[in-house]
Amino acid sequence: MGKYIVGRILNMIPTLLIVAIIVFLITRLLPGNPAAVMLGPQASAADIKALTEELGLNQPLYIQFVDYIGNLLQGDLGNSLTYNKPVIDLILERFPNTVILAVCALIISIVIGVPAGIIAARKQNSIFDYLFTTFSLIGVSMPIFWLGIMLVLFFSVNLGWFPATGMGSMEAGAGDFFSHLILPSIALATIPTAQFARITRSSMLEVISQDYVKTARSKGLSEFIVICKHAFKNALTPLLTVLGLQVSSMLGGAVLTETIFSWPGIGLLIIDAIGKRDFVVVQNMVIFIALIYVVVNLVVDILYKVVNPRIKYSSNKGGS
Amino acid sequence: MSEELLKVENLEVQFKSGSAITKAVNGVSFTLNRRENIGIVGESGSGKSVTATSLLRLIPSPPGKISGGAIHFDGKDLLKLSEKEMKSIRGNEISMIFQDPLTSLNPVFTVGDQIIESIKTHQKVSKKEAKKKAIEMLKLVGIPAPEKRINMYPHEFSGGMRQRVMIAIALSCNPKLLIADEPTTALDVTVQAQILDLMKRLQDEFNTAIIMITHDLGVVWELCDKVLVMYAGNVVEYGTVKEIYDQPKHPYTWGLLDSQITESVSEDQPLTTIPGSPPDLRQEITGCPFAARCAYAQDVCFTNKPKMTEVGENHYAACHFQTKENRLDRKEKTAHDRAIVTS
Ligand SMILES: Nc1ncnc2c1ncn2[C@@H]1O[C@H](COP(=O)(O)OP(=O)(O)OP(=O)(O)O)[C@@H](O)[C@H]1O
Ligand code: SF4
Ligand SMILES: [Mg+2]
Repeated sequence: MGKYIVGRILNMIPTLLIVAIIVFLITRLLPGNPAAVMLGPQASAADIKALTEELGLNQPLYIQFVDYIGNLLQGDLGNSLTYNKPVIDLILERFPNTVILAVCALIISIVIGVPAGIIAARKQNSIFDYLFTTFSLIGVSMPIFWLGIMLVLFFSVNLGWFPATGMGSMEAGAGDFFSHLILPSIALATIPTAQFARITRSSMLEVISQDYVKTARSKGLSEFIVICKHAFKNALTPLLTVLGLQVSSMLGGAVLTETIFSWPGIGLLIIDAIGKRDFVVVQNMVIFIALIYVVVNLVVDILYKVVNPRIKYSSNKGGS
Repeated sequence: MSEELLKVENLEVQFKSGSAITKAVNGVSFTLNRRENIGIVGESGSGKSVTATSLLRLIPSPPGKISGGAIHFDGKDLLKLSEKEMKSIRGNEISMIFQDPLTSLNPVFTVGDQIIESIKTHQKVSKKEAKKKAIEMLKLVGIPAPEKRINMYPHEFSGGMRQRVMIAIALSCNPKLLIADEPTTALDVTVQAQILDLMKRLQDEFNTAIIMITHDLGVVWELCDKVLVMYAGNVVEYGTVKEIYDQPKHPYTWGLLDSQITESVSEDQPLTTIPGSPPDLRQEITGCPFAARCAYAQDVCFTNKPKMTEVGENHYAACHFQTKENRLDRKEKTAHDRAIVTS
């Protein structure tokens, strides 16, 4: 197992390198000088020249590339000119906020979605199952932008229960912190909840009619143990796949949700940086998000093996 | 303690799908004494598994339902027990093993966990004691190096070994009755014999009664004291092995016997199959369920359902022409009703 994980971590390096190369090539090979783009149409030629030199854009491409990769390998992501900060500080500042929102939304979607899916599978073709199918279909196809605005209109503007935007702080008390967290979490959790519920239902349905479930019942186990232990553990693999994708996309910055609720996470940071044409930030954020996907993917692959002993360990290319 | 362990009376099981009702089991009765073995034979779909599953009250519901009859087990009427009382019987007083050992063990738990779980569900023992008992059971069913094997997953075992594990689980709480639903059908011939030997040996050790569901009459002759021949949800013949082996009475049983591969059948001698197929269980059957396929059928067979009648000592059959007074003469196989089974 340890060997497998080390192998997989080493495997991550080429993947990230390729992402870095593509990002580098896109920013450098597209027509137009990034410095000019950053400064906007009103900038003077002298300003553009100064910035070009500061960013090292006047160097030959291969030197730029070697510098860039060299810095990257040392963990130096460069400085943002528009924020006046090292990019790494920006990430360290913003990423925890994204994590808070993601964790909260994940808890909601797992706690609601998974049991709902299990019950729907148990009571296939019941009224609950039909309602479930309808709501989960609405859930997965929910336009989050619209939902977010409706939540704000209803709960903040009309009822005044929760603040409309921004993030609370613990210093102002737990109440402030959580009241800011609720609406964005609901908005972010909607699609995953429906997705988890649907995938849980379908894989539980497949598993529930298996012989080993019959065996479990014939041993005199309670229905709860039969379903939640014997059946559910076998139904976990597809759920893990979807879970992994959702976790990656939440941690990679929930751009829509963070924008609607002005949540200061990395999603909002990227939108902001794009608006300010800060290509240093954008470029490094892309690599950071790639890193998130690769790491989550690795964790999911390890979990596959934990829940399913039939998957063998091998350090080349993890199964998916 | 009476000698009678199980008495099934007029058991009826139905499955509902839409407006159609399938009468999968239609008035099955039999008794079984302690330490006795009964074989249930019959074609596919004749209701053997449904009968067995209803003894544990594990018919999936919906769509299934035990719609009539009684099951007396060890002084209790199983159909009157609460679900909680039923749970304390399953796996404890009555255990079941299934046809396909490749799918009947849970692939994501170790075999040890699966045996220990059974023990801990029914007995107040510590985890350590349960594990010790599990190792003992594995040893008993002939798994080599059980201390090591106990931590392995089902996919690391062969089919025969997995069926041994299933037997270990089933016997771990010393059940009074073991239901084996075609326990060897999915296994190689040599492994089949080993598993049957094991069951015989363990039966002596555990004093368990066995209900053996099988397609193989050879297994019945070898292992069982009684036979129940089922056809289309009905019992058509029931009696001691001794009686039925020597003088089978029901035309359907004759058909079954003719279609068995036996040593006396030489390779180039064609096997007989019963022509036609069983009736649709969703339709009301008037008359003898076997009438449409029976070479001895007369008009009365299509209108009146024959009752179970005593035809010998502890031997009953449901055929209008087989009673104590009346006898059918078993015809020789004719070329006409001989169909060649390609092997
Ligand atoms: N879950 C179910 N839903 C609907 N009908 C069922 C169900 N299980 C069994 N049946 C019906 O009951 C009939 C008897 O099935 P059963 O499984 O008892 O046959 P069997 O004698 O065990 O056959 P086999 O030798 O193939 O195992 C089947 O023909 C089928 O129509
Ligand atoms: S009652 Fe008639 S149809 Fe039924 S088995 Fe006897 S002879 Fe055949
Ligand atoms: Mg069956």
